[in-house]
This record gives sequence, structure tokens and C-alpha cells, in this order.
Amino acid sequence: MARVYIFKRFERFWHWTQAALIVLMLLTGFEVHGTYLLFGWEKAANLHTTAAWTLIGLWVFAIFWHFTPGEWKQYIPTTDRILAVMRYYVVGIFTDAPHPFRVTRLSKHNPLQRLAYLMVKLFINPLIWVSGLLYLYYNDLATSGIAALAGLTLGAIALVHTAAAFMMLVFLTGHIYLATTGHTPLAHIKAMITGWEDLDHEPGREPSQDGVRGEPANAS
Amino acid sequence: MRTGIFMVAVMASMLLAPAPHAARDPASAKLFKSTSDHSKFKALQQDFKSGPEVTKACLSCHTEASKQIHRTQHWRWEFLNPDGKRLGKKNVINNFCTSVASNYAYCATCHIGYGWKDDQFDFTSEENVDCLVCHDTTGNYKKPPGFAGNVVTNATEFPPGSGKIVKAIDLKAIAQGIAKTSRDTCGACHFFGGGGDGVKHGDLDSSLEAPDKALDVHMDATGNNFSRATCQACHGQAPHQAKLAKLNDHTDKVACQTCHIPAYARGGVPTKMSWDWSTAGKMGPDGKPLIKKDAKGHVIYTAAKGDFVLAENVVPEYMWFNGKVKYTLFGDKVENSDQPTRISHFEGSATDGKSMIWPVKVFRGRQAYDPVNKSLAVLHMAGNDDTAFWTNFNWENAVAVGMASVGAPFSGKVDFVTTESMWPITHMVAPAKDSLRCRDCHASGGRLEKVSGIYISGRGSDHAGWLETTGWIMAVLTLLGVVGHGLGRFIAFKRKK
Repeated sequence: MARVYIFKRFERFWHWTQAALIVLMLLTGFEVHGTYLLFGWEKAANLHTTAAWTLIGLWVFAIFWHFTPGEWKQYIPTTDRILAVMRYYVVGIFTDAPHPFRVTRLSKHNPLQRLAYLMVKLFINPLIWVSGLLYLYYNDLATSGIAALAGLTLGAIALVHTAAAFMMLVFLTGHIYLATTGHTPLAHIKAMITGWEDLDHEPGREPSQDGVRGEPANAS
Repeated sequence: MRTGIFMVAVMASMLLAPAPHAARDPASAKLFKSTSDHSKFKALQQDFKSGPEVTKACLSCHTEASKQIHRTQHWRWEFLNPDGKRLGKKNVINNFCTSVASNYAYCATCHIGYGWKDDQFDFTSEENVDCLVCHDTTGNYKKPPGFAGNVVTNATEFPPGSGKIVKAIDLKAIAQGIAKTSRDTCGACHFFGGGGDGVKHGDLDSSLEAPDKALDVHMDATGNNFSRATCQACHGQAPHQAKLAKLNDHTDKVACQTCHIPAYARGGVPTKMSWDWSTAGKMGPDGKPLIKKDAKGHVIYTAAKGDFVLAENVVPEYMWFNGKVKYTLFGDKVENSDQPTRISHFEGSATDGKSMIWPVKVFRGRQAYDPVNKSLAVLHMAGNDDTAFWTNFNWENAVAVGMASVGAPFSGKVDFVTTESMWPITHMVAPAKDSLRCRDCHASGGRLEKVSGIYISGRGSDHAGWLETTGWIMAVLTLLGVVGHGLGRFIAFKRKK
């Protein structure tokens, strides 16, 4: 079986650090929200804030990373084969049909993934960060000199922040599950750890991109 | 009735006056306390026969003192509210001993003057200012109830014919020992407001004469030992450490006291939480006025005053307060309804830009009113006559005389109305480690549960119900979806095998 190196070192580091921070922030955030008791309110609030700043720091690097050659293009939405992919997850996956999308180094996300991740990056994340920063700096809004901010109530800010948190929770649940839908339940997760994805390839469609290991493409 | 002054004087006399900047030996400590030694003043080398005589001697050097005092509320017991109403204890009716009018000779025990026995008192008299009550250091200065704020310089039987002797005091020694005002002199009246130790305020009682750090970090007798201060004067508006930065974001809406006074009446002296006058007047089996005490020996019923509820370590109530207090004044219409009459009520809101969340003692009571004229009653409580309630236990007579003393009509009927008054809590500041924790307020059912108009994270009543419902339904549906999908894959996988 062929393997392709699709997740680079920074990307893996970024992914797993972000994953840990998001899980921590969901846990602490809903405690601060008053949903349950876990760490204790004070500790939860402190952890939440520290994790938020850590994630923002991480994202400063991540934004640069997106502009390294080719990376941001991974998230350009496409309708190419999108119905086929949807059909696969609704039907094909139960009948052992082949996945209609083929992972390559230049295109490592299937069209559904592209849409989902783009949604996270361009909608949920900004919603959480902006509302979170407004929450943190609420006391300074009135003197910020920006009329649009000065009129915001803490309740409205908290409402948006909470709504975004629910969206993140829904995304995370789906994301974790879908990570088990590789050719083995742990295949995608291993790939995210090692960077190497096993290619569940079909006969006659030999991978041709560089970075493919296993059966050399040009053995002769 | 202000009997407290005796107790505080005795206790004060047992305390060593702390001298923060004192030199090591007592002699030089005394020398450096002041540039003048009043015991050497010629004007004070005389046997004073009355309070005003002492004041005259004081004024011979401190020429402007009385005129200055005349401008204070301590002297006037009155101030003109911006809305034109006359307030101050001379005018308002409270729900403790209710009113000063018709009880001057007793209430004036705590007036910084001499001879306020009726409504004809001369507020322009310089010699009637009582210098000693605030400047005494001996602890021997006493103004017994019933003497209109005067002192007793010859042993006197009081009430006449009772066989009880009020001892004379030595004004010469007291006058020669005067010094700056102190916590003891403030406390002589303010610790005993409402008729006894700790009764009125809850955060002011004799336990603050020499508190330890746990009871009050600022008044700690062996530590800071402050007399008075505001929080911000020393701590500023951002008093918390940088690593606790979010705490500083509270200071625009939450008074320091709210978190730093976790409870009041913490010094072992209970405070009165409610007072029901309507049950007053019961006689015991012996035919004498009934008195009941609780297990700790605190009085919880007297025939003179009715039922009390006492409490220690009381968690305050919290509310927006902008510094304005609205009173139900004498003459305002009072209805006996489910809603208590607000004898005094703190004004404020989340949105007025001036209010802070304050800890408050709400004092609840039932007190006499005229149900026909719908007016709070002025009560003639104290006095050696045949109408004073505390001597005769007859409401109609006591109210008739009380109302007449302020020229108000009285229907002849007395009923009782539920009331509440409010008192800000500002003493008994605990060490930081004992202050409130986040979750005391950031939770459902927390201390600020009833404070509206502000978003408090963690408080369920601030959640948007539609968002909670939608959010959790989405989350659960997603979870069920992936579990179902996974189950389907599992079954498909097994079948294939």
C-alpha cells in the first residue's frame, strides 16, 4: 500500500495543540457559563483565558503557515465530486464502496472537508475570537472611542460567544467521528500524527504526485 | 434609649490607647502625643458644674469650634435634601425606636450637645455644644438617657422615686484629659445605635473597639488600626494583582465591600434583623413587663419593644445603590399591604451610570401607624409620665402624645404596618483570603441572583433560553447522528465478515 506525506510537521503540531486547546476551552467555557462544576469557576475562567491567548498565539503562526506555498489553496471550496462524496458517507461507506475522493499532497481534503474547515476558519473561529476578545476587554469598550463597540452589552457579547461555542461543539463532535472513517478506524488519526496517509488506492489509479512512498512510480 | 454609652465607656477605659508613632518609654510617649497638655491649661483648672461650663472653657481658646460644629449633621440631625425635603434623624421615622420627636430627652443622649429636651432647643447656642463626648480619653464621660444630653455632676435619683442613683462624673479630670477623637468616642454612639450594641448597623458594634485582623483588616488593633478611610484613597480603582486582572474589571460596578465583607455582625455581637412592635406590652405571670431571652442570653422580647430577631454572621442582601436614599417621611401616605412600607430605600439601577452593587442590611419591622389617616405614628416612648409607652404600655395614649408633639392629627386608632429600612455595610472588611470567591456570584442562586440589569456569567437566569435549547439539541442530535452512523458501519462490517 502506498503512503503519501500530506501533513507537515507544523501542521500536525498546530492541529493537535489547537485540538487540545479547543477541548479545554469547551470544558472550561461551559463551566464559566454555569452548565456544570468541574475545575471550579475561578480556575475554569483562568484556564479559559490562558488557553485563549495561547490559541491566538498559535494562530499567528498558523496564519503565516497558510500562506506558505499552496496551503491556503487546500481550503478553496469546490463542488467537484461533492455529491459523490456525500453519497459515499450516506450509502457507500456501509457497502464498502471506494471513497470517491483521492487524497494527494496538493489536495488533501475532500470537498466536504474543504467546506467544513473553511466554515470553521472563516465563520466559527472569527465569531469566537471577536466575541471572546470583546468579552475580555468589555470594560474598555465604553472608552474605546468606537461608537459601535461602546454600545455593546455584555449580555449580547456573551450570547454570540455561547452560540459560537455550540457551533464549535457540533463541529468537534462530527470531526472526531469522521476521523474514524478511514480504511481503518485509526487510519486518519495515525496520519494526523505521523503525517503519512495510507493510500486506499484503486487498481489502475496509480498515485503520481511526488512524496509518494512505497511502490516507486518510476522504478525503471 | 441609649444605654450603650455606659458599656462602651467601661470597655474603653480598659483598653490601652494605641500610639502608633510613640517613642519607647511612656513618659516621652505622652510628651510627643501633642504640643499641648490640657491638664496644664488654666481655663481647665476649675470644678465644672455642667457641660456648658466646660464648653465655655474650651471656646476661650478654640474660638471657632462651636460655629464649626453648628454646621455639621452631628449637631443638626437634619439636612435639606435637594428635593426640598427635610431629612436627618430629627425628622425621619425609622423602624427601630421610630422617632426622635417627643422623646428628645432620651434620644439626645447621643446628641453632641447639651439640653435638647424638646423642640425648642437653641441650635445657635455655642456653649451647648458638647466637646467632651467626642474628645474624651478617660472613658468616664457619660450622658445618661433621660437627661436631654446633659451630664450628671451631682448623684441623682433617676427616674425620681425609683431608688436608682445615677453617679456623678468628674468633668475636670475628663476635660484635662481630652485628645483627638478616637474609635472609642465614635463608637460610644455609633456602635450602640438602635438601642444597644450592634443593634442597628450590623457592621458597627463594640467588637470593633479592638478587633483582630480577621474581623477587620483596617481596624485591626495590632495592625493597621485605622480610624476612618475610603477604600479608593489607598487602594485606587485597580487594587488587584496583575495575575488577577479580571478582578479589576469589577470595580466599576461592584463596591469593594460586596466581595470583601463576606458577612456582617462577625465579631460575636448579634445585630437586630427585625423588630415587631405589634407584640409589645405583654406582662409576665408575675404581672411585670415580660422579657424573653434566647439560648445565648440575648433579649428577644421585651414588653416595652416587642419581638426581635437577632443574627450573627449575616450574609448581606445586594442591590444597586447610587448614593441616594428615598424615605417614607412623616406625612406620606402609608398602606398596610403585602408590600412593606419602605422606611428608607436605596435607589439605583444598572443603567444610571452611577450605581454600584452594594451589600446592604435590610432591617424589617412592624410598627405603629394610624390606619385612618394612613400615617406612620410618632410614638411617645420614653418619659416619666402617664402616656410614655415604655412606662404605661398603652399604644393609643403614646401615639396621641407623639402625634400631638409634631402637630399631626390622630384618629385614635393604632394598627401596625410592615416596614423595611436599608443600611449600607462598610465595616468588618475581612482579609483577602476570606473575601468572596468567584462562584459566590458567578452561579445560579448565588449572592447576586436578585441583582438585575447586568450579565453575570454562570448565572442561569442570564442565559438566553432559545440558545440553550437550540444549542444542546444540535449538540445531542450531532452526537446521536455520529453514534448511529458508527453503529451502521459496525453492523455492515460484521455482516461482510
